[in-house]
Amino acid sequence: MTANVNIIGLTREVYKGLPTTLCAGCGHNSITNHLIKALYDYGVEPHKLAKMSGIGCSSKTPAYFVEQAHGFNSLHGRMPSAATGAKLANRDLLVLGISGDGDTASIGIGQYCHLIRRNLDCTYIIENNGCYGLTKGQFSATADVGSKQKGGKVNEYSTIDVCGLAIELGATFVARSFSGDGKQLVPLLQAAFSHRGTAILDIISPCVTFNDHEGSTKSYAHVKDHDVVLHTVDFIAGSKEIQADYEPGTVHDVELEDGSHVILRKLDTDYDPTDAMGALRTIHDSTARGEFVTGLLFVDTHQHDLCEREHLTKKPLATLDESALRISKADWSKLMET
Amino acid sequence: MPQRAVNDFTIRVATVNGSGSQSSNLVLTNAIFRMGVPVAPKNVFPSNIEGLPTWFDVRVTSKGYRCRTRDVDVLVALNGATWNQDVAGVKPGGAVVHEATYPLTNETQRDDLTYYSVPFTSLAKEHFGDKGDLRKYLMNMIYVGALAQLLEIPTETVEEGLRAQFRSKAAAVELNMKAVTVGFDYARENLEKRDKYFLERISGKTDGYMFMEGNRAAALGCVMGGCTVAAWYPITPSSSLCEYFIQYCDKYRVDPETKERNVAIVQAEDELAAAGMVFGAGWAGARAMTSTSGPGISLMAEYAGYGYYAEIPGVIFDVQRAGPSTGLPTRTMQGDVAFAYTLSHGDTKHIVLLPATVREAYELAMEAFDLADRFQTPVFVLSDLDLGMNSWMTKALPYPKKQFDRGKVLAAEDLSSMKSWGRYRDVDKDGIPYRTLPGTQHANAGFFTRGTGHDEEARYSEQPDVWQRGLDRLLRKLETARTSVPSPAVDDKGHPVAILAYGTTHHAVVEARDKLEDAGLEVDYMRVRALPLSPEVAAFVKRHERVYVVEQNRDGQLYAILRTELPPHLIGKLQSICHYNGVPIDAHVIVDPVLEAERAPAVVAE
Repeated sequence: MTANVNIIGLTREVYKGLPTTLCAGCGHNSITNHLIKALYDYGVEPHKLAKMSGIGCSSKTPAYFVEQAHGFNSLHGRMPSAATGAKLANRDLLVLGISGDGDTASIGIGQYCHLIRRNLDCTYIIENNGCYGLTKGQFSATADVGSKQKGGKVNEYSTIDVCGLAIELGATFVARSFSGDGKQLVPLLQAAFSHRGTAILDIISPCVTFNDHEGSTKSYAHVKDHDVVLHTVDFIAGSKEIQADYEPGTVHDVELEDGSHVILRKLDTDYDPTDAMGALRTIHDSTARGEFVTGLLFVDTHQHDLCEREHLTKKPLATLDESALRISKADWSKLMET
Repeated sequence: MPQRAVNDFTIRVATVNGSGSQSSNLVLTNAIFRMGVPVAPKNVFPSNIEGLPTWFDVRVTSKGYRCRTRDVDVLVALNGATWNQDVAGVKPGGAVVHEATYPLTNETQRDDLTYYSVPFTSLAKEHFGDKGDLRKYLMNMIYVGALAQLLEIPTETVEEGLRAQFRSKAAAVELNMKAVTVGFDYARENLEKRDKYFLERISGKTDGYMFMEGNRAAALGCVMGGCTVAAWYPITPSSSLCEYFIQYCDKYRVDPETKERNVAIVQAEDELAAAGMVFGAGWAGARAMTSTSGPGISLMAEYAGYGYYAEIPGVIFDVQRAGPSTGLPTRTMQGDVAFAYTLSHGDTKHIVLLPATVREAYELAMEAFDLADRFQTPVFVLSDLDLGMNSWMTKALPYPKKQFDRGKVLAAEDLSSMKSWGRYRDVDKDGIPYRTLPGTQHANAGFFTRGTGHDEEARYSEQPDVWQRGLDRLLRKLETARTSVPSPAVDDKGHPVAILAYGTTHHAVVEARDKLEDAGLEVDYMRVRALPLSPEVAAFVKRHERVYVVEQNRDGQLYAILRTELPPHLIGKLQSICHYNGVPIDAHVIVDPVLEAERAPAVVAE
């Protein structure tokens, strides 16, 4: 009997982790399942995966998938810097960062911005529920104006849109999705793994315990009603041929840096994911209508990532020894003459 | 003329910052050094780019003392704004070379000084009026010439000093030499030597020496210590450490053909991020460092605690300046010792290295990377502004003899031969566990690193016994470190009284011990080079009746650590001497209280 295996011969079991300790029905658990599928389908080698996170409910999730892989559950809002250090130390790692809305948009907003500026090659997931779950439901900075807390308090402070902010900062891959939409999320995740640079995925992920009530704009019911899907997403790995025939003008075919393709099939609107200003306007207009758009909002495949900009050697820095790192004896003598 | 004072005096150059006096000061320093006379330059500068007072002291010392002295014997006054205060600071019998336009009033005309009036401004205008912005720099060079004539520094030697300063830039050497000559000629034709200060060529005291700042030496230590990831946020007085590191890496870590680099250096958005990058890189197996000063250390507290508890290597240089708060950014202190030692909330103790010399700045920088890897923990290197930014006479730095010690890292082969392993198991009973690096191709290699409570297998745990066991093991690790960190430097001749100091305070202790001996009191000396304290410290204190703990902070921070960690019956032997005005400590800070106390030991005994 042959077990089902992925393209590198591993079973789906390998991509699983410890049982979740989050609340039953938490959006984050759905994301974990979609991640497991995406990592399995993509054929990520567990030893090359670096699971990074900050602090909060979201940041616990790296324990719940690919148990074999190294994980780094860092400090609140400080995952980007640890991810940067790890990637610079070993550029062969596939760095997957998982954060939340508090971790990203409040305490960690500085590091979030500078990660994007540097275009570190990593996937950065924001499990966005608009509230602080672990400390029992306080508003986060991504809570919408007018959204109601469980106790009835209404948010009056303007919302930080992490996707709009990312595009403004020059991000090279920005997507928004919903924890309940695996069909869209799995290919987006795979595209993010393939993208060379910072790939931001803002995933609306309802908090069943503190933010799933009438009046909350991040409840399951509200999200399902106000999700405007821009396009359907297909991911075709670089090793595979594109077989389907698309009617001209019905799809956007984005070729990623490693030869993979993201095929975006147009729905109601004609959306161009390479137009940053258009993306910003779309985000802005949908927010004004009380909706949120999901899909690949923006992509730019022509930028260098941090390792390239720094002209790093192809060998992981962590593996270099004395002969590569020390000044030679001859040069040292010269240096000490002056 | 009074008795000649040869090769032992201090020249103070008072100027305005941003006027380019640094080059002329270094040329003067270099010229004296090239006469074979040891010099100890100290730059006392403002936190400002242009327009505020700055002083440069060149201590000429035939005995080779490296510390500051509070005496000013020869003043070069080129700042009208501080003219009164500068004259007041000169020792009786001293000489003052001043800009001719400065008024000699009741306050500034002292009977016990010799004055040399030089029209620096008009000489500069006359000779270099066409040089635009360069004129102010050249005016400073005129003072070098005038001083050379008065102190008897041969012009050839000044020219050698100029060449050393401007490397091979012939045009710069020529132009500056012209300015030196203007000053020299003016002094020869117009000034009659009436003071007692002279320089004479001697031999055997400067052979094999060069000048280097501690920050440069530490940067070389990072290169030779195998640092491959550096993350930093600019801050005085540590910026030059990273800038030198960049400079050396640009030269020695780039493949000449492919231009690929064996190093990643990131200017971070703040010190929180700089520390995060260091521990992210350390986790992934690179030797990583950041360099900062007190305010940055405050921000790094969170990742320092993480590195300590999750057990990740990382090196943090703290080039200390005067705190608390923003404090005096361009002045020196040993004010971060207690803070760095326990940096983080919760029970935390770090390895802290305390370099005193340029050579130690280099060697302990290298050592820090080995210790960080060996003990899988943050290692702090506490330098200070005095060591980091001043130029010190030092012998050529030796080529490293040791290979890197990467510590207890398990490779895939190791894992294959093991039934099981646990990230935080104390297999060797030394408190140091084994780790694996991300990227290790083995199904058992991975583990989950976290700052939350964890057991020996790196699993999340809130169990009381597990938590306590973890903290106890970390303490055991620290005990192992006590005998692995650099041991104290000891000079113990069996005298009843001793001095205990660390870092740059050392240089004042050296002179103080000579002065105390001249006064009939010989004292032993221990210089602590690292925390946690070596067991030798308690033994040393035990052997002495009284031990004066000298340091450059207000609260006696090492003194407090000693009081906490030494056996109670030894604590009464300790006396604290503190210096904390922001300028480097001088010998009198030590000699005066020690002599006073030792002349009335009954008072001390209380």
